[in-house]
Amino acid sequence: MPKFVELWVYLSATPLFGLTATLAVYVVAQAAYSRLSQAPWANPVLWTVLVLAGGLLASGVPYPTYFAGAQFIHFLLGPAVVALAWPLWQRRAELRQRWGKLLIAALMGGLAASASALLLALVFGLPLEVILSLAPKSVTAPVAMGIAEKIGGIPALAAVFAVITGMVGALAGKYLFDALRIPTTYEGWAARGFALGTAAHGIGAARALQVNADAGAYAALALSLQVVLASLLMPILLPLFIRLF
Amino acid sequence: MHALRGLAWLLVFQSAGELLGRGLGLPFPGPVVGMLLMLLALRFEVVREPVGTCADFLLSHLSLLFVPVGVGVMTHLSLVSQFGFRMLTVIVLSTLVGLAVTALCLHGFNRSGDRAKKEFKEGVIEGANDKAKNA
Repeated sequence: MPKFVELWVYLSATPLFGLTATLAVYVVAQAAYSRLSQAPWANPVLWTVLVLAGGLLASGVPYPTYFAGAQFIHFLLGPAVVALAWPLWQRRAELRQRWGKLLIAALMGGLAASASALLLALVFGLPLEVILSLAPKSVTAPVAMGIAEKIGGIPALAAVFAVITGMVGALAGKYLFDALRIPTTYEGWAARGFALGTAAHGIGAARALQVNADAGAYAALALSLQVVLASLLMPILLPLFIRLF
Repeated sequence: MHALRGLAWLLVFQSAGELLGRGLGLPFPGPVVGMLLMLLALRFEVVREPVGTCADFLLSHLSLLFVPVGVGVMTHLSLVSQFGFRMLTVIVLSTLVGLAVTALCLHGFNRSGDRAKKEFKEGVIEGANDKAKNA
């Protein structure tokens, strides 16, 4: 038994542990998700995060030790943001044709998500740094962290909010769109995907991509648009908002 | 090899974005500048082919990349236990608002645009279909 404990202490402290645990749990969660015919509640990110966070807390492995390994996966977020140019390029003809409408939809959706979060957080009396970390939550996590840092929020908290936002979008999107009677035609899938990419960034886009290819392409498009719009507008608009209250 | 060359291009553009963004004091994070530069560079086949392969792979596993940050929720347990319910309510409601506004906005545009296009292009047949659907 003491041998096992020693081995565990050694293994859990190497970067190998965080990386292996993340990939292994995710692969199992992904398999379960396809087994359950991609039910929204079986979202693989949600379950991977819950299992890993629960496991770390239960075993007493501190987060920085875990992150020492998981950072290799985390690092890929940067190249992934650069890679978003690809779906934009692929849809450039459509984008050129409909850019006005798409831009308005992206602006309205982004503003609505951010403004409603700020107002609700104010009403609920949350602390200011929490409110500021909530503002960029519709933007993909690495960019949300950058924006939060610029506007005076807590980057790590902003990233967590962004991830939860993505999971909420991926979980609730289908039911909301059905309730709103957004059709499942090409145009309907485009609207569904675009909304998921706008309000629920990469995790919403991943969900859209699994459900329908057109929805996925529009989600990726919306996600990249939101990244540009939010990093351009938020540092300007937020100080105005704060002065208002 | 293709995917590896694609990753190399992505990293080169991310670095260029980081340099340009910080150097000029742009409001965008480095990877976003890199994405905009990449968008310009994709017209060249040397860049496009490998980047396409790598981007497809990376973006199809995008949700995995959020896991390490998501697990970070465990470091904010005191905030979570104090404000958890309120924060979750804010996130859920505002996400639903954002989704609904975007989808309805675009769906509204589609419908008004569609109607004009269909009436113009296909006339009677499409119109009859639409009516049948609405009925």
